[in-house]
Amino acid sequence: MQEIAISVLIVIGAAFTFIGSLGLARLGDFYSRLHGPTKATTLGVGALLTASVIHFSMEGEGISLHELLVTVFLFITAPVSAHLLAKTALHLRVRSIAPPPRVASSSRTGNERSA
Amino acid sequence: MLGRLLPHPLLTLALALVWLLLVNSFTSGQALLGLCLGWAIPLFTRRFWPDRVRIARPWWLVFFLVKVLWDILVANLTVALLILGGRRFARPAFVPVQLELRTELALSILANTVSLTPGTVSAWLSPDRRTLLVHGLRVTDPDALAREIKTRYERPLKDIFEPDIVEPDIFKPDTFEPPC
Repeated sequence: MQEIAISVLIVIGAAFTFIGSLGLARLGDFYSRLHGPTKATTLGVGALLTASVIHFSMEGEGISLHELLVTVFLFITAPVSAHLLAKTALHLRVRSIAPPPRVASSSRTGNERSA
Repeated sequence: MLGRLLPHPLLTLALALVWLLLVNSFTSGQALLGLCLGWAIPLFTRRFWPDRVRIARPWWLVFFLVKVLWDILVANLTVALLILGGRRFARPAFVPVQLELRTELALSILANTVSLTPGTVSAWLSPDRRTLLVHGLRVTDPDALAREIKTRYERPLKDIFEPDIVEPDIFKPDTFEPPC
């Protein structure tokens, strides 16, 4: 029973991680491709970590919860890196299907005040 | 006096909890060690936290987190379907969202939430921090998207973190200088 649950979770996790990576290849432009890694993979990793929690809580002594921490860090870091990538892309005027707004692609934006 | 010795009580608790999760053992000894670390780290990193983190309504934050977790689940399914459906369904657009949030923590949480939830990634924050540019993967009505972000995420965050800040704001200019 427990092994079935773990197996199902691992398969779900692998499927979503795969779909997220597939998004990198299939979507049209740089900004759209950002959506794959920030979202589809979070559920993938979430499912894998849930499987890990169940497995190690049953096998080892006591419950195992440090997988929660991986989730928390992922939820903090994934959007930040996506934001920085998108901001850099706007700055460099990377080709976009959607018309990029003028305000963001004007030469000096955001926090950069360097010479 | 207490403010100098214990500048960020909330951070102390959060760090202690992170430590307990990190060592994966919930004993009183580890809890004490975690509290010591939670006390020392904010003291050493005081410069990164000029303002005390303040949560006006902690319980609302719990509800907000549950709602966001549910949205993340939905977001994963919709984006997965969009990816499998291919380009035909994608209709990307940039949508500016006018912001009312003023504190840095609330803004960061909003930007992160937007990136984690259905079909949107926060792409750019204007220098005056009043406009968040959101990239949507499938946008049929930009105004509706902006309105949804404002009512669904910004409103609760405003209630949780800054119920008493009203316009005109007291917003400090950005003092961060990049090294280059």
